[in-house]
Amino acid sequence: MNSIFNFLMILLILLNFRLLSSSRLIPCIHTFVMQAVILTLVAWLTHRHNLNIHLIILMSVNVILKAIALPWMLSRVAHKRAISRELDPIVGYTASLIIGALLLGISVLISQPLYLSHTAVENFFLPISLFTIFSGLFITIARKKAITQVLGYMVMENGIYTFGMAMAIHEPFIVELSVLLDIFVAVLIMGVAIFHISREFDHMDTDRLSVLRDL
Amino acid sequence: MKYIITTHLLFTLILCPVIPGIIQKVKAFFAGRKGKPVLQMYYDWGKLLRKGAVYSRTTTWIFKASPLISVATGIIGVMLVPLGKTPNLLSFPGDMILLVYLFGFARFATVLAALDTGSAFEGMGASREVQFSMLAEPAMLLGLCALSALSGETSMSTMFTSLQAGTRPVLAAAIFIVLLAENSRIPFDDPNTHLELTMIHEVMILDHSGPDLAFIEYGAALKFWIYASLTASLIVPPGFSGEWKSLGAGLIALILVVAAVGIVESVMARLKLTRVPQLLVGATILSLISLILIIR
Repeated sequence: MNSIFNFLMILLILLNFRLLSSSRLIPCIHTFVMQAVILTLVAWLTHRHNLNIHLIILMSVNVILKAIALPWMLSRVAHKRAISRELDPIVGYTASLIIGALLLGISVLISQPLYLSHTAVENFFLPISLFTIFSGLFITIARKKAITQVLGYMVMENGIYTFGMAMAIHEPFIVELSVLLDIFVAVLIMGVAIFHISREFDHMDTDRLSVLRDL
Repeated sequence: MKYIITTHLLFTLILCPVIPGIIQKVKAFFAGRKGKPVLQMYYDWGKLLRKGAVYSRTTTWIFKASPLISVATGIIGVMLVPLGKTPNLLSFPGDMILLVYLFGFARFATVLAALDTGSAFEGMGASREVQFSMLAEPAMLLGLCALSALSGETSMSTMFTSLQAGTRPVLAAAIFIVLLAENSRIPFDDPNTHLELTMIHEVMILDHSGPDLAFIEYGAALKFWIYASLTASLIVPPGFSGEWKSLGAGLIALILVVAAVGIVESVMARLKLTRVPQLLVGATILSLISLILIIR
């Protein structure tokens, strides 16, 4: 049990590094799907002794949204606009890997003095959820394409979900559902926006948006 | 105790040339060919050792010393590295750092010999070799640090006997990537290309001939065996308690690792030279992750 758990957690970290280091879009989306499935699996493993209807709804919504609906929308945009890779990110991929390792170290460091008063799980959760949040944040700021930034945003939500799981005894349900709804709407809007932006302007690098002006 | 050390050493010194043979067989199997015999390297040696060596007039003693250095460091390395949980001949606290620098020294000698020939082509190969090994060395050192943090020991032989489960697969993956890079196997370097502009390691030994070449190949085989037995010791399940049993399990794991190298070579193409550093940094990151998770 414990070793399966550790294995899944290490897999989660490795998937984060895969997201940080890969320039191809479709594999990144697949990695995100794997992350979402692993997170749901971990949630089920930690709470399988006290499963209630709230948790089951939460997990199924999580799987349906993050492993099916959002990836489908993103890959549809990617296919329609024929975007296969991010070519010139703001921070290169090798540098992203190194920064990722630094972020992992930092999240381990800052989670050491934190003490979860009513944790349902091991203290392994905290650094990993912080690391997932950080790497999502980093992807959001270090990539130029809007679609990759959306992906980073979703990874960040994965981190928040991991964090929520550590606390999931009391009141995570409302919070988690509202966050899920949030990213669903956000990805929906961004998907439509990316689609229209790239149809109008033949590209979707967000840094070009900053030089838009009225004629 | 003494018997197992002797057996392990003799096994290694005699059997290490089988490794390239096994890789060739696996590659031949994937390509649907019959392939060279497994013992091909012994025949090659027999041929090379009977020949005389040719030395260019521009070379100095450095050129003649480098094959001997690479064999000598290989043999010392074999004495340092256990297979499974076998005790080794040489062990003292901190010998893992000696291992890394032994290989560093051997590489330094090879690079110097390549530069000694005065050929621009060999200089190019030397520069690439040094560049990639500079990136592979941190991965190896951090991996060994993680190993010693995992076991609480700094000597290679006691390190593996008191190894906890932990992040062993991640470490094994990191050391496997280093193995591919340091032994110039396919995603980094193609050992079969001769006289190509892309080759790295092979270009440095173009001027060596006869017994010198045989020594270099033997040193390379020893180095491969050492890296493979490090990886193999990591993937042997901790359940094997007896020394002989764990030596057997280690040998089987070593053959699996070698077969894995063959499979990687069969299914992958060479990486672009610009992509190589990224993979090596990836290996360093793998070592770093396991180190961070262990000392957390």
